[in-house]
Amino acid sequence: MTGELSAHRVGAMVRRYWYLLRSSWPRILDLIYWPTVQMLMWGFLQLYIGANSGFFARAGGTFIGAVLLWDILFRGQLGFSISFLEEMWARNLGNIMMSPLRPVEFVAALMIMSLIRLAIGMVPVTLLAIAFFGFNLWSLGFALAAFFANLILTSWAVGIFVSGLVLRNGMGAESLAWTIMFLLLPLTCVYYPVAVLPHWLQWVAWVLPPTYVFEGMRALLIEHVFRSDLMLQALALNIVLFAAAAGAFLWLLDSARRQGSLMQTGE
Amino acid sequence: MDSVTATPAIAIDRLVKVYRTTTAVDGISFALAPGSMTALLGGNGAGKTTTIATIMGLVTPTSGEVRVLGAHMPRQRYRVLQRMNFESPYVDMPMRLTVRQNLTVFAQLYGVAGVAERIAELAADLDLTDLLDRPTGKLSAGQKTRVSLAKSLLNHPEVLLLDEPTASLDPDTADWVRGRLEAYRRARGATVLLASHNMVEVERLCERVIIMKKGRIEDDDTPARLLDRYGRHTLEEVFLDVARGRAHVSEAAQ
Repeated sequence: MTGELSAHRVGAMVRRYWYLLRSSWPRILDLIYWPTVQMLMWGFLQLYIGANSGFFARAGGTFIGAVLLWDILFRGQLGFSISFLEEMWARNLGNIMMSPLRPVEFVAALMIMSLIRLAIGMVPVTLLAIAFFGFNLWSLGFALAAFFANLILTSWAVGIFVSGLVLRNGMGAESLAWTIMFLLLPLTCVYYPVAVLPHWLQWVAWVLPPTYVFEGMRALLIEHVFRSDLMLQALALNIVLFAAAAGAFLWLLDSARRQGSLMQTGE
Repeated sequence: MDSVTATPAIAIDRLVKVYRTTTAVDGISFALAPGSMTALLGGNGAGKTTTIATIMGLVTPTSGEVRVLGAHMPRQRYRVLQRMNFESPYVDMPMRLTVRQNLTVFAQLYGVAGVAERIAELAADLDLTDLLDRPTGKLSAGQKTRVSLAKSLLNHPEVLLLDEPTASLDPDTADWVRGRLEAYRRARGATVLLASHNMVEVERLCERVIIMKKGRIEDDDTPARLLDRYGRHTLEEVFLDVARGRAHVSEAAQ
C-alpha cells in the first residue's frame, strides 16, 4: 500500500493506541466483558444439551470452541476498526493523514493493535473456559494456530475494507464497523455444519474463509481429524480477500482525496 | 503576483478543485518564496481551506498543479511531508493522552531525532513544561493551541501551514503565539502560509497577502500596497471592500 514501511512510524501509532488503552479502564473491561458472557452462555448451553443428547455429548466443546473462534474473528475485526475509529472520534485523522505516515504503516499498526486487544480480551476467557467447562482451546495446538491465522486474516480484511468506507463516507459508515461481521455469523456456519444450509447458500458459505475454519474445528472436535486441506483452502481465499480489501482501501482513500472527505470527520 | 527568484517553496499553477457541482478553487496560481510569510485571506467558502488541504496533499486537484519543495502533491507527498507541518484549530490531538505522549507519538511519526530533548526544548520555548504530564483534554483552549503549535514545530518544518492559528485565543495569548511564529520563521527561514480572519495578525506577521473570493484570487500584494491601492487604513477595510465587491482606488478613478 504505497511506499516503504518504517518500523518507527508503525511503532509510534501502536504506542499511541497503547497509551489510550491503558489510560481507560472501561476500554479494557469492554475487551473482556462480552467474550466472557458469550463463552459462559454457550458453555452452559453445551452442558445442558450434552446431558440430553448422545451426539452432543460426544461432540464435546463444539459450541464453546465455536464461540471462542467466532470471538477471534469478530473481536479481531472490531479491534482493528475501533483503533481506526478512535482517530475519527478524537478528530485526529487530519494530523495522521498529513503526517509522513503511509497507509501501509497505518494498517500495520491497526493489525498489531487488533492482536494486542484480542490477547487482552481472549486469553482470560480461554482460561475461564478451562476453569468452568474443562475446555482447553490451547490444547488444539497447531490446529489452533491454523484456525487463528485464517480467522485473523479475514478479520483484518474486513477491518481494512470498513476503514476505507469510513474514510470515504465519514462517520455515517461507522455502524458498519460494529455490524458487518454479523453478516458472516449465519453464512460461515459458526454453530452448525454447512450441510444444514440450503444448497444455493452453501455456495456462498464456501466462498467465505471462516466457513472452512469452523468446519475444520468440528472435524477436529467430533472426528478428531485435522483437515489441513480446509485450512489451505481458507488461506488461499484469505489471500484473495485481503488483496481485494487492500485494493478497495486504497481506492476509497484515493476517492476520499478526490472528494475532500479527509478534511471532514463528521457524518 | 510577486516575482519569485529562488525555487519557490510552494508553487500553485492553475489549480482547480471541483466537488461534484461546486467549484471550490477556480484556476488559482501563486508561488511563495522560501522564507516568506504569506496570508491567505477570504470569507467563508472562498477556497482557503481547500487550497491549504491541496498543498498538504489531503485533496487531489481536479486540474492544475501543486508543488511543495519541488515535490508534486499529492503524488509525491511522502517525499516532503517530513519537511512540512501544519496547525489548525479544527483538528485535535487525542484528549486522553498526555501532552508528552502526544508529542512523542508525533515526533516519531515525523522521524525527529532525540525525541525527549526536542520535546523538552519546545516545552521550554512554548511554556509547556508544567503541562507535559497532563492529559491534553484537560487543558484550556490557549494551552491546547500551544500544544498544537509545539506539534507543528516538532520536525523543524521548512514549510508551515497555519489555519487560524489564534482562533478562540484571548488577545494576550494570541499575541504571544504570533511572537513565537515570527521568531520561528526568523530562526529557521521557514516558509509560512497562514489562513486567518484576523487582519491585525496578518498585518503584523505577513509581508504578502493573497485575497480569495469564490475560489479565485481577487488580489495579491504586500499589505502596504493593498492599503494604498484601496485607499484604506486597515486590512480589515480592504477585506470588506473585496468581500463586498467594491473597486479599489485605481479602478474607481478609471
